[in-house]
Amino acid sequence: MKAACGTVFKYGDNVDTDVIIPARYLNSSDPKELAAHCMEDIDKDFVKNVKPGDIIVATKNFGCGSSREHAPISIKAAGVSCVIAETFARIFYRNSINIGLPIIECPQAARDIEAGDEVEVNFDTGVITDKTKGTSYQGQAFPPFMQKIIDCEGLVNYINQKQ
Amino acid sequence: MGMTMTQKILAAHAGLESVSAGQLIEADLDLVLGNDITSPVAIHEIEKMKVDGVFHKDKIALVMDHFVPNKDIKSAEHCKCVREFACKNEITNFFDVGQMGIEHALLPEQGLTVAGDVIIGADSHTCTYGALGAFSTGVGSTDMAAGMATGKAWFKVPSALKFVLTGKPAPYISGKDIILHIIGMIGVDGALYKSMEFTGDGIQYLNMDDRFTIANMAIEAGGKNGIFPVDAVTEAYLKEHSKRDYKIYEADEDAEYDEVYTIDLSTLKSTVSFPHLPENTRTIDEVGDVAIDQVVIGSCTNGHISDLRIAAEIMKGKKVAKNVRCIIIPATQQIYLEAMEEGLLKTFIQCGAVVSTPTCGPCLGGYMGVLAEGERCVSTTNRNFVGRMGHVDSEVYLASPAVAAASAIAGKIAGPAEVQEVK
Repeated sequence: MKAACGTVFKYGDNVDTDVIIPARYLNSSDPKELAAHCMEDIDKDFVKNVKPGDIIVATKNFGCGSSREHAPISIKAAGVSCVIAETFARIFYRNSINIGLPIIECPQAARDIEAGDEVEVNFDTGVITDKTKGTSYQGQAFPPFMQKIIDCEGLVNYINQKQ
Repeated sequence: MGMTMTQKILAAHAGLESVSAGQLIEADLDLVLGNDITSPVAIHEIEKMKVDGVFHKDKIALVMDHFVPNKDIKSAEHCKCVREFACKNEITNFFDVGQMGIEHALLPEQGLTVAGDVIIGADSHTCTYGALGAFSTGVGSTDMAAGMATGKAWFKVPSALKFVLTGKPAPYISGKDIILHIIGMIGVDGALYKSMEFTGDGIQYLNMDDRFTIANMAIEAGGKNGIFPVDAVTEAYLKEHSKRDYKIYEADEDAEYDEVYTIDLSTLKSTVSFPHLPENTRTIDEVGDVAIDQVVIGSCTNGHISDLRIAAEIMKGKKVAKNVRCIIIPATQQIYLEAMEEGLLKTFIQCGAVVSTPTCGPCLGGYMGVLAEGERCVSTTNRNFVGRMGHVDSEVYLASPAVAAASAIAGKIAGPAEVQEVK
C-alpha cells in the first residue's frame, strides 16, 4: 500500500459520527456532497483548510455513534489519506476498511502528534513518522484478514475476486 | 475453556465446535437489515458486485423509518431507490409507509428476530435483538451489501463483560435507567469491541421492553452486542410474535469475562445523561434546575407500548408546561393502534402533546422536532452528542419515559414524584 503523507488535523476523545457528518445531510449519499460538510459540527473550517493527503489524528473512540458509512465516505472524499487514533469505534473501523479509508490505531502517536505536524504513515510496516517532531511510532498493522480486503481496495472487489 | 453466550451463537453459525476471543470467523446470517438512509448506499455497492440478486429474499428486511413520510425530495429519492430494489428482488420484508415502524421495534414485533439468530443491520442500534437471546450487531452499508449478496459476514469473536443484575427495581425505574447507569459507570467506550452479557435474578423483573431498551444502548458503551439469557418472559414473547423456531444458547459455567459487574437494581434512581455524551449521567436528585423547551418520547430505544403507558400514567389529567413542546412517537403501527385503543393517545392530546406517525426523525435531528440554537430537550432517545437533534448549540438530556413525561409537565427536568406533588 502507498504511504500516507500530509498535515495533521487534531481532535480529542469520542469524535462521533454526528459531528463527522451531521444527519441533516444524510438525505444525500453523494461522496462530494458529504465531503462538503465533513467535520462541520466539530470544526467548521475543516473543509476550507483540508488538502489532499492530509491526516486526521484523534484520541479515544474515534467514530463512535451511528453506523452511517457516510462518515468515512465524507472523510475519504474530503481528501484525507489516513486517520490515526488511540482507538476507533468498531462500526467505524469496519466501514473504513470496507470503503478503503486507511485507519491505524496507535495510542502514543495519537497522544503526541499535534495539529499542523507533517506526518507519514507506512501501512506495510505500521510505522508512523512525525517529520515535524522527528519522532516515530509503531502502529498496529492490519491483521492478515483485513489486508486481503485492503489489497482488493475494499470489500466489494474482495467479494468479486472470490466469486 | 468455556464460551460466553455470544461466542456459542457465533461458533454455531460458523460451523465450528468452539471459538475464542480474537478469532476471525465467517458466520451465516439469519437476517440482514437496512433502513432508508443506509440501504441506498448498500444497494449502490451490491450493484457493483458480480452477484446474481440477493442470497435469500425472506432473510432481508428493508425498513423505511428515518425520514418517512419523506421530509424532502432527496429522502423521497432514497426511498424510491430502496422500493425499486425491493420490488426487483422480491424482498418479502420490505416495510413502507403504512406497514413500517421504527426498525428495532418492528422486527421483533413481526417475529423476524428470534433467540439464537445471527443478525447484522446497517444501523448501529441493531444490537437491540440481543434482548431476545440473539447475536445482533450494527454494521455499515458495505457490510450490509455483502450480507445481502452472500448471506455471510466476517466477525472478530468478542470477549465479554458480564453484568449481574440483582434485586427488584423501584417503581418508575426502567430499563433506560439501568442502561444509563451502566454507561455512566463504564463510559462510552467501556465495552469497546466487546459483548455485554446481562444475567442475574434481577432480570425476572424486567419486561421485554425494558430488555430491548438495555440491549439497544449497548452500542452507546461501544459494545459489539448486548445479550440476555432466554427465560419464560422471552419465550412467551417469541411464541406470541413469531412462527419461527428459535434456539436457546447459554453461557458455559466456566466462560471467561474481562470484567464482572454486579448491580443491585433496587438501589437505582431515575438517571439522566447530560450533554454531550451518554456517559455524563446524574441521578434525578443531582440534576438541579434545568429549564427545557422540548420533550420527545419515542425512538427505537423507548417507543414501546409500555413506555407510552408509563408516560400516560404520569401525564393523565395534567398539562404540558407553557413554552414546552411535547412530541410523542409510538414506534410501530401496532403500538400506535394499541395506544389508541387503550386511550393513551387521548391522554397525550388532552395534555397538550402531539402524537406522530412512527419515525426516527427527531432522534437524529432529521425532522419532526429539530432544535434551534440554545434549546434544550429531554428525550427518551439514545444519543446526546453535539448537534444530534439540531443546532450545534442545542442540548439533549437522555432520560426514561417517566422522567421525560414528568419533565414535560414541570417545564424542567423532573422525576415522576415531583409532578405528582405539583397539582
